[in-house]
Amino acid sequence: MAKETKTLNLNFGPQHPAAHGVLRLILQLDGEIVEKADPHIGLLHRGTEKLIENKTYTQAVPYFDRLDYVAPMNQEHAFALAIEKILKIEVPIRAQYIRVMFCEIGRILSHILNVTTQAMDVGALTPTLWGFEEREILMGFYEKVSGSRLHANYFRAGGVHQDLPKGLDKEIGEFCERFPKIINDLELLLTDNRIFKQRNVDIGVVSKQDALDYSFSGVMLRGSGVPWDLRKSQPYDCYEQFEFKIPVGKNGDCYDRYLCRIEEMKESVNIINQCLANLPVGPIKTDDGKISPPPKKEIKQSMEALIHHFKLYTEGYRVDKDEIYTAVEAPKGEFGVYLISDGSSKPYKCKIRAPGFSHLQAMDYLIKGHMLADVPAVLGSMDIVFGEVDR
Amino acid sequence: MQNIQDLEKILNSELNTKIKGSLIKHNQIYLKIDEADLTEVILFLKTNSKTKFRQLIDITAVDFPENEIRFKLVYLLLSHEFNQRIIIEINVKEKEIVGSITSIFPAANWMEREVFDMYGIDFKDHPDLRRILTDYGFEGHPLRKDFPLTGHNEVRYSHETKKVIYEPVKLEQNYRNFDYESPWEGTKYIKEQTKE
Repeated sequence: MAKETKTLNLNFGPQHPAAHGVLRLILQLDGEIVEKADPHIGLLHRGTEKLIENKTYTQAVPYFDRLDYVAPMNQEHAFALAIEKILKIEVPIRAQYIRVMFCEIGRILSHILNVTTQAMDVGALTPTLWGFEEREILMGFYEKVSGSRLHANYFRAGGVHQDLPKGLDKEIGEFCERFPKIINDLELLLTDNRIFKQRNVDIGVVSKQDALDYSFSGVMLRGSGVPWDLRKSQPYDCYEQFEFKIPVGKNGDCYDRYLCRIEEMKESVNIINQCLANLPVGPIKTDDGKISPPPKKEIKQSMEALIHHFKLYTEGYRVDKDEIYTAVEAPKGEFGVYLISDGSSKPYKCKIRAPGFSHLQAMDYLIKGHMLADVPAVLGSMDIVFGEVDR
Repeated sequence: MQNIQDLEKILNSELNTKIKGSLIKHNQIYLKIDEADLTEVILFLKTNSKTKFRQLIDITAVDFPENEIRFKLVYLLLSHEFNQRIIIEINVKEKEIVGSITSIFPAANWMEREVFDMYGIDFKDHPDLRRILTDYGFEGHPLRKDFPLTGHNEVRYSHETKKVIYEPVKLEQNYRNFDYESPWEGTKYIKEQTKE
């Protein structure tokens, strides 16, 4: 007698704690084996690209915070770099150091969130509690420098908005001294943990070739053994001046990606320490009055400064007609901005290349043949944030 | 590492008739090609040992409503081996169907779906050309320049019918698009008056 089998269609999300946001995943199951996964995205689509086309370059910056909202400044960086390259602005060295420092803080922010929630997805709660305490401190640094914990709106074309407040460098230094121990604690809980390994080793394996074909970047690519990091290969700002290593995985499974993230956090602390040790003094934004607004004090005394201030906050600065693609190594992978300017003060077109978009696309390929319980583990290791996937 | 100028020369000599224009700017190569040659050129760039553009970074389109050939499709490729980026442009008329490159790069699947969703450009031989980012049952293509910023429909929960309903957009205040051009250079309405 032939046994009759039937595949089961299962809706995973959009309201599911392990979906990391609003992902609707339609799974075709044969028993507990996943046969097909069809991610439905766009539930958080806000039309960022359309909005940016209708705002001035200054007004567009906050939209970048809202893409990958766990590492906001890394995205602002890509946009600022694009404008700077078109306008050929020299960024003062102190501003470059501050930007690199806060990008690395963003990387730690993102990796803490990912590593700990990945652990939570496979059953460990403690890392989340420990990790989030540190995230809170890091977001405190964000607040001190920009005024808000999450949506910083801090990087500008030509530098950063404000200088570091007094004493912040010392506080960050103290954090960097303490944080490696926290990473160590997390590792004690996870790295050799039997359950964590059973849930992650050999799950969601990506081969080198497939990682390339599916446009993977960042940890997803490095976890599969491709040594590629834009901070090294196409350095932007002052990344050339720092010494840091790029951790590369071997097997391309969820566990290797976890290990890569842990090592990257250590390297980030290392970079921040180098930043603090060599932090130059000087201006924090370009002195070109046509691009960066004058200091408040000058507005009261100088007519020219007043006009600049007025023009910059109404019309905004103009960007010459050009077309450019710039990318940065965001915590999740290659985050790029494809910008077309038409000489006015608003971008004609601004395409945002989000790393998570390509990663999530490979969900079907990654999960085929795995068990249903592996779905959260694979999803967790892909480091998906819907702000950037849906835009 | 390969020099970007050499790379441009190689491309021009190997693909000479297919290239309608090439340019080096911002340390990237910009290539203009015809729609008919698209799959061939991309396959060449991916497989040739002198180019090795083995990663597709993104596909996007740009809308120029005033042009006769309305859209520009843009393909961004990256070569890890030579550490180079290339930007390929093709011009596409409205309602023209473009060949899909999903068979060359599986990653193109969602990217082409996004272009289809946002600009309404069709792709031939695409395995699954559905909308991707917009709502189920959405009409129109939001990133076209003639699509209004505020959209056409809004969604709310209706207490009367106890379900989510769609209504035409009602704005308390219209979206204000100020003209900041310096009055000394002449604002738009004065320019128009003097023209007559």
